[in-house]
Amino acid sequence: MGIFSRLKNTSFSKIIQRIFGKKHAKIGIYGPPNVGKTTLANRILKDWTGDIMGSVSEIPHETRRANWRKNIRIENGNSSLVMDIVDTPGIATKIDYKDFMNTYGLSKEESRLRAKEATEGVIEAIKWLEDIDGVILVMDSTQDPFTQVNVTIIGNLEARNLPILIAANKIDMEDASPATLKSAFPQHPVVPISALTGYNSETLYSTMVKHFGKKRRKNRR
Amino acid sequence: MKKTMGKKEKDKGISVNLISRDKLEHLTSAEKLKYIINEVKKGRILVLEHGLTPMEQTALIEHTMKEIDQDTFIGIEIEGYGEDKTGLLQRLLGIIKKPRMTVIGPAHLIKTIHKDNDLIQTMIITGKRS
Repeated sequence: MGIFSRLKNTSFSKIIQRIFGKKHAKIGIYGPPNVGKTTLANRILKDWTGDIMGSVSEIPHETRRANWRKNIRIENGNSSLVMDIVDTPGIATKIDYKDFMNTYGLSKEESRLRAKEATEGVIEAIKWLEDIDGVILVMDSTQDPFTQVNVTIIGNLEARNLPILIAANKIDMEDASPATLKSAFPQHPVVPISALTGYNSETLYSTMVKHFGKKRRKNRR
Repeated sequence: MKKTMGKKEKDKGISVNLISRDKLEHLTSAEKLKYIINEVKKGRILVLEHGLTPMEQTALIEHTMKEIDQDTFIGIEIEGYGEDKTGLLQRLLGIIKKPRMTVIGPAHLIKTIHKDNDLIQTMIITGKRS
């Protein structure tokens, strides 16, 4: 396609966006189950809109359908970025209903239903990857970061040339080690936070505005 | 329907298959995923000489979720080393990153104990054949 036909097919706003960077971005909150994705989504919404995204629980796969809120303006000094925030179900490679029974005391019926909905949630989360402009990948800073889910999500987003911001969550826990996450994924910004207490959320917001507002070309797959 | 295993099949132990790069190289991504899922559902552990690309891994997770049957197949355990790093010259020449060795097995039979950049430590769970 020639340069003139390309220009003809490109809206003025897209040209401006390519030159000056983004003003509006659809951001997905991703990660394995129980790392605090919805707690973080609630924190962001509470801080900027006064609303909340969804319920949280110590039982994995509490979020089994993607939730999203549009037009959240996050400010950083003189600059700002309007974001649509998508809170996605936790991505896992296995879901055993017996875990919900044995570890969390759910009934067999509740456990089987939760497991079934959780598998559908994983599929939905993966489908959302096609439709986002950037990802906050939430990791539990008390856990080993080299899980295949983390590595797969990062590899997938890198292949699409989408920006990734790693939120090293649960920094309020005694055994948290955000330095391990930083050394594991040095190619991406890592912000230690506690979504629960709000610790370091200002740094997270300023990094979001800077990182997701940058101009870049997305590889569609 | 729950598949029961005969005594003869139990005595064979758990099958660990080392899959050469050549075996998967000529397959399309869809064919690779179908092959892997079929083998894993049969209770086999696969060690791929050349693993899957991140896009294929994501598709494998998605396919796995569709295949989960709560009584017979609870999903997979998958661990692999990160892709080979490519230099600037290789990238300019269009040489893409190559996935590296990867182990994939049924989640009820294999569990990851430890993983870092240089070591993947897994454990085969005995006594859980079905």
